[in-house]
Amino acid sequence: MKNEFQVIADLIEKDKKVLDVGCADGTLMKFLKDNKNINIRGLEISKEKVQECIAKGLTVIEGNAEKDLKQFPDKSFDYVVLSQTLQAFLNPELVLDELLRVGKKAIVTIPNFGYWKVRFHLLFKGTMPITKTLPDEWYNTPNLHMCTIKDFFHFVKSKDIKIFKSLALNNLNSSIINESNLGVKNLFADLGIFLIEK
Amino acid sequence: MNTEKNIKTLIVKKPLKLDCGKTIKDFPIAYETYGSLNSKKDNAILVFHALTGDQFVTGINPVTNKEGWWSYAVGPDKAIDTNKYFVICSNVIGGCMGSYGPSHKDPDQKIFGTNFPVITINDMVNAQYNLLDHFGIDKLFSITGGSMGGMQVLQFISNFPDKSKTVIPIATTSSHSAQNIAFNELGRQAITADSNWKDGNYTSNDTNPGKGLAVARMAAHITYLSKKGLQEKFGRKLQEREDLKFGFDADFQIESYLRYQGSVFVDRFDANSYLYITRAMDYFDLAKQFNGNLSEAFINTNAKFFIISFTSDWLYPTQENKDIVIALNSIGADVGFVEIESDKGHDSFLLDVPDFLSALKNFLDKSYEEN
Repeated sequence: MKNEFQVIADLIEKDKKVLDVGCADGTLMKFLKDNKNINIRGLEISKEKVQECIAKGLTVIEGNAEKDLKQFPDKSFDYVVLSQTLQAFLNPELVLDELLRVGKKAIVTIPNFGYWKVRFHLLFKGTMPITKTLPDEWYNTPNLHMCTIKDFFHFVKSKDIKIFKSLALNNLNSSIINESNLGVKNLFADLGIFLIEK
Repeated sequence: MNTEKNIKTLIVKKPLKLDCGKTIKDFPIAYETYGSLNSKKDNAILVFHALTGDQFVTGINPVTNKEGWWSYAVGPDKAIDTNKYFVICSNVIGGCMGSYGPSHKDPDQKIFGTNFPVITINDMVNAQYNLLDHFGIDKLFSITGGSMGGMQVLQFISNFPDKSKTVIPIATTSSHSAQNIAFNELGRQAITADSNWKDGNYTSNDTNPGKGLAVARMAAHITYLSKKGLQEKFGRKLQEREDLKFGFDADFQIESYLRYQGSVFVDRFDANSYLYITRAMDYFDLAKQFNGNLSEAFINTNAKFFIISFTSDWLYPTQENKDIVIALNSIGADVGFVEIESDKGHDSFLLDVPDFLSALKNFLDKSYEEN
């Protein structure tokens, strides 16, 4: 399991009710179910991935987060997880609002466009950056709204969303992000993980 | 109309009050079982059949000598694995494969015909509930069915919220739409317009409204397929002829196919049963039973739901299946949902659609492991 999922799992206490939005093949869901006795649900747009989840015995709803989150009642989950998908929505702000309505807390991870390798790539190669967390070409990337850790940090603050914890991830190392180290973390982390609440 | 000795029957002694106000008692429910009930009695699956189905789910139907209607899904090592599970299916009341219906005799030994009480999906599942007592099953492992079978699944878990661990409605709806009712009415009109129908008393008049019933089946059959599926299978291909004949014989293969579907149906189905069962479907509106709030139908159950729809099903489209998912999610129920890609229309659930069959199998087997 990738390190990002381990960090997410560490943020969630045992026996909670969790919704994994864009749960893909259910790797994180299965881990949370087996290791933390989590009552876990998934929402996934890909039919193939939904089938993989069913084969793992996971409860998944085939659907689109931009349209299908509205069926869940307010605060019906302890945590709602959205891993590296926010930038792929037509309207990320609306999805973020929905995550925070449905979940008592939300865990959102974002691939960091401020990561030094990304900046380097654009600065010296002059072409759209391709990295481990941003593997696609400009013409086939699902990402519509790239942002940096700094952008996201300021965005949630501006929406009066409370940040419980924000972590910078670089390979196997995770470290706390705060106002004073934001610039440095924004340069050296390829992934940002935010535990937020509204 | 079938009283063959191969039909197992449970006589329900207990009076059953029907939605129409009448009460029936000492009535037969014809059923069939597959696999064996384990000692803990926790491996039973109750399967509900659709409009023209019957209790003979799989293997060779001893009355028609044809394959059971869900042979693709049910059997040893299949999606509903009879090596593992005990499958029960019964003919719905109002039907014509041995359960109490319009071809049966009333207490005065006269064939009911249209004097049989109008029954509902609710009446059907209340009647079938007696099978649990009969087999001494406290809680089913699962209930499942497609189309009208799915309606019975929804009604059953609403009526008996703690009687099944898992619930699998397939290609169904919680409320029959105007379009659904319209197609059923077309079928009923075809039957009653046949002069051999004789106000439903065709048996005593020694006639059979076969033409009307065949037309009803032909019209319905079109609704079970998709435009794309029909086009790919038949297109404008001609039936055993080089060119058009400028007449009204079956020039096109699709015509011949529909005529065949109509004619074989007449051999195995009773016209009055067709009227009664389509009526039951039309009356089905689960939300209405709960003042318009479908979620209330499921508020008392902890069962795990898995809902399946098909992309090309325009009779019970994905959105109507999703409405059930939405109603369940709004009360925090445990519900999974998948829409299966298929060109085979509403009939997909009866056919060899591998993604469907593997989803069904995985859901059942994984849920059973967690038992």
